[in-house]
Amino acid sequence: MANGVYLGSQYAMIALGLTLIFALMNVLNFAHGQMYVIGGFVTYTVYGQWGVPFVLALTMSCVTLAIVGALIEKLLFAPVIKKSAREESTMLLAAGIAFFLDALILIIFGEKQRGVPKIIDGVFNYEFKLIMPYDRILICVLAILSIIAFIGLMQYTKTGRALRALAQDRTAAQLMGVNVERHSMIGFALGAMLAGLVGGLLVTITGVNLGMGGPTSIKAFMMVMIGGAGVISGAIWGGIILGFMEAIGLAVLSQYGDITYLLIFIALMIFLAIRPQGLMGKPWG
Amino acid sequence: MQRRLLIKAALTAASITVLGASAAFAENTVLKIGFVGVTSGPAAAWGISNQRSMEARAAWINETGGYTIGDTTYDIEIVSFDDQKDPKRAIAGMEKMAQEGIHYVVGPNVDDGAAAVRPVAESNGIMYFPYAFPKSLYQAPASNAVLGMVANYQSGPAIYKYLMAEKGVKTVAFIAANESDPLSQRDGGVEAATALGMEVVSSNVTYQVDTTDFTPVLTPIMRTQPDLLVLSGVSPANAPQLIRSARELGFQGVISTETAQDAGVLTEGAGDLANGFISVGGASTPELASPMMNEFVKRYTDMFGEYNDESNTKVYALEYILETLKADPSAIDDVNAFQAKMDTFEAPNPYMNGDAKLRYVGMSSFGQKRQVAVPLVVNVYQDGQFETLFVAEVD
Repeated sequence: MANGVYLGSQYAMIALGLTLIFALMNVLNFAHGQMYVIGGFVTYTVYGQWGVPFVLALTMSCVTLAIVGALIEKLLFAPVIKKSAREESTMLLAAGIAFFLDALILIIFGEKQRGVPKIIDGVFNYEFKLIMPYDRILICVLAILSIIAFIGLMQYTKTGRALRALAQDRTAAQLMGVNVERHSMIGFALGAMLAGLVGGLLVTITGVNLGMGGPTSIKAFMMVMIGGAGVISGAIWGGIILGFMEAIGLAVLSQYGDITYLLIFIALMIFLAIRPQGLMGKPWG
Repeated sequence: MQRRLLIKAALTAASITVLGASAAFAENTVLKIGFVGVTSGPAAAWGISNQRSMEARAAWINETGGYTIGDTTYDIEIVSFDDQKDPKRAIAGMEKMAQEGIHYVVGPNVDDGAAAVRPVAESNGIMYFPYAFPKSLYQAPASNAVLGMVANYQSGPAIYKYLMAEKGVKTVAFIAANESDPLSQRDGGVEAATALGMEVVSSNVTYQVDTTDFTPVLTPIMRTQPDLLVLSGVSPANAPQLIRSARELGFQGVISTETAQDAGVLTEGAGDLANGFISVGGASTPELASPMMNEFVKRYTDMFGEYNDESNTKVYALEYILETLKADPSAIDDVNAFQAKMDTFEAPNPYMNGDAKLRYVGMSSFGQKRQVAVPLVVNVYQDGQFETLFVAEVD
């Protein structure tokens, strides 16, 4: 159960950025996992290699990814969306960016698994019934706080309201005076920043390596599909549900081999056949 | 006028330099050696250490005038192909090697890739040096594969025997990634441990290759309280996380693996929690390393910024190919001659101190000489570096 909470909180954060970008721009960002990996490598470099305090390193990850996200949106997605009405154009562009970022990560950070010193030592152990290292508890709390802060931003700030309006109806938002181009860029940067934030947080637990990008994107898409594409609360629920399914499956089904994800995929197929729009998505999109 | 003269002079000088460089490069015939292996994804470290070892050695050879085989001196060119750990791509890679007229290829790095390329290699006259363990690749009628390292069924029993004798280990649990190499290594390990009289308390726990959080995966194993936890076929990316999770869950026993690991990666990923972790090392230790091995490490580090311990093993394949060709120059484009030479081939091992020899082994395991002889070095990780636990030989 404790693992479910931990996994759920980190998965929810990964899914949030992806679903935000989808909601705002109708773009399936296949490079989301690679952005997460870059976030991890930035924290690794700044905190693990340069010895800068963890919080500053995490901030660096967020800022770096926000800039990367803004540039990608401004220079790549925005022109393509303007010129092409075909959805596959942005999908191909996203896939191309994912490959490009993979190559860039290999050149800059190398092929090896990287890790950073633990931010807190020690393990919480309740009579061997509940075992959880303190750094996981901290990361879990930070992830939950980040999600709350993100929801607060979306609900109570002018920018957040503009982004939500943009997600609901682009034309109507424009007619209400929302600067669509600017807020698309802000939204993409925010989505990328969330990927950077979670990458920076998790590098302290899981480390980071070149190959993590693709699988992370796949899991993020699963969470978004469970919760409903483009719905913020859906992404959070999708992450929590996947986290709990994974944790409970691994604990209960281990003697049968690696069937947890097999069952998760079967359940997902059945679920999507019954409710293709996901838990909180609307059938009309 | 003066400016025009200056431009002409500069262009002439540049042309002479370029022509001179081309002439210098074109002095030697080029001998292409292939590499087909994984250089992207979670297991990238395995293939990249291969590729970089070959490139570092080739650059060294070329810089010092080339490699003489028979009457010809060759510059060595490494032709690489990333199979992405996908057997279909491995086949495509081996076909590319065949199209380029390459007869000697290092790789692939994993079992299914190595098995997949066998028909292509055998039908196109290519000798290949996989880092994969299925015996069928090296036993007759298979003919063209040469195991480039020590197999887990050779190193595993040696490690278990040592731990039984020295640490009183009686019970063992295995965990493996859910893919062919780790699973086959787990099965081989279970067989070896059982044969030695150890009690296997858990062997069916597996994990997804892309797992990043191993705590829930390891929790059921921890309940069995084994003396020894074997990380079968674990990749360098996953080892630190598995060790860290096991220790954080309170595991006090010994952790080991039969794959090569990287001390720097363990330090970063697990820190002191990795102390006591036993693994098969690269085929060198500070005591064994010759000046040439030290020079190789230096050149590799200068070229790529950071050394990989695995390259202590990966440096050998290219050396074996070149030395065997030197022993029989007709084998340059005739792998039958190469195979015939393998039975009697022997040359000084330039990477080891003493009178160690390069020679092909494998009679005990495969019934024919289809394995390079490299020392089996078993290491224990301690405070940021590997210490040699014991060194053994394989036949």
